[in-house]
Amino acid sequence: MRKRSMWIAGLVTPVMIAMLLLFAGSPSVTANDQPTGTNAEVTIDNFSFGPETLKVSVGTTVTWTNRDDIPHTVVSTDGVFKSKVRDTDEKFSFTFTKAGTYPYYCSVHPKMTGKVVVQ
Amino acid sequence: MTDKKQDLIDQNLQDLNNDGVDRRGFLKCMAWAGTGLVWTLSGGIPASRAFAKSHGKDEGKGGDFSFVQISDSHIGFNKPANPDVTATLQIAINKINAMPDKPDFIIHTGDLSQLSKPSEFDTLDQVLKGASAKQIYFVPGEHDMLTDNGEQYLQRYGKSTKGTGWYSFDHRGVHFVGLVNVANLKAGGMGSLGHEQLEWLEDDLKGRSASTPIVLFAHIPLWTIYPDWGWGTDDSEQALSYVKRFGSVTVLNGHIHQIMQKIEGKVSFHTAMSTAFPQPAPGTAPSAGPMKVPADQLQRVLGITDVNYLVSGRSLAVVDSPLGDSGSPDSRSGRGLAIADPIVG
Repeated sequence: MRKRSMWIAGLVTPVMIAMLLLFAGSPSVTANDQPTGTNAEVTIDNFSFGPETLKVSVGTTVTWTNRDDIPHTVVSTDGVFKSKVRDTDEKFSFTFTKAGTYPYYCSVHPKMTGKVVVQ
Repeated sequence: MTDKKQDLIDQNLQDLNNDGVDRRGFLKCMAWAGTGLVWTLSGGIPASRAFAKSHGKDEGKGGDFSFVQISDSHIGFNKPANPDVTATLQIAINKINAMPDKPDFIIHTGDLSQLSKPSEFDTLDQVLKGASAKQIYFVPGEHDMLTDNGEQYLQRYGKSTKGTGWYSFDHRGVHFVGLVNVANLKAGGMGSLGHEQLEWLEDDLKGRSASTPIVLFAHIPLWTIYPDWGWGTDDSEQALSYVKRFGSVTVLNGHIHQIMQKIEGKVSFHTAMSTAFPQPAPGTAPSAGPMKVPADQLQRVLGITDVNYLVSGRSLAVVDSPLGDSGSPDSRSGRGLAIADPIVG
């Protein structure tokens, strides 16, 4: 695991430097000092979260995208994160910085549940 | 009340009363209802024969009245299932305004808006302003409380209500209770009334005569229709235990965008069509999402619900009518209208 993180860091750092150089002077881009991490996706479709259980490593940013014709929310059962209402094709992202299991649900349609396992 | 409409109600009630419809018969009716056809039932005491024939001549006497239930307007929704929900709400209001018997008031059982946006509520208000019935009672749907915990809903539609928007009122001897089962929903659960509201309800009903007809209305069904889709209310049984001693109880809900009915003892349950878009019958689709039907059929699966209260039978008759038939609810020949003969068939 450590080896892989270092490898990613080794790869990402030059890319970030290149991007900063590329966009230098552009006011819309700011340098990000957050530890680098991977990204993961959850799709909301047919009133369900897919995958229902998502396993990620610490530092991962998870993005939920609503593909339904009906608005949904992404709300941590333990109060860790809470999206605004997300209409069709709208997204919500959260970066998990601590290991643990994070159950969540849609507060509009509470039968919709899922969890993110961070390790 | 017009004769035609009375006949329609009478005929159905007579069938219902004389032919002893059993539960199976009723389930069959439900199948009919699910296709968006119109039928009627006695919402209170099943054997109210007095209700059947004598009433037409007593028109206007003794406090008989009607009101209309509309539901699930979803103003702001613009997806393929109905790109113009404001137009279909307008058609519903036109239909209400054209009724030969003017309803005393309208009940909207929630999901007024799609996203709880001020502009959506504004549009709704604008359309409802055109209703001939000036008194409109509301309960919120989950779509009306998507932001700010429903504060905006309460400011606009629930000023003199309790808690998250519940209240009761009396109208010509009938006691109406508006309940909220879309607030503070718990992960994995269905609709919820909550302890505070249940206590209030028990207190509200206490001391009322058992002969008082009761109408409960809320957004999500107060009976379990399909738990997998959350079509029920977790603590509804407790609420219903408080109305058991009453002789006539009618429960009106929305949320599922289709007609479903059930009679259990003296309690009759009814869900209304949406004015915006239909949803699939339980379990017939991967999810409860909006159902797209051919454009020329949309108005046959949207509709309004006319509830008639007749003092003589102390019971309520519920008449559903789709927006898109050629006639009014008392028409017998409209495309989307079926006389309830199949009830006993």
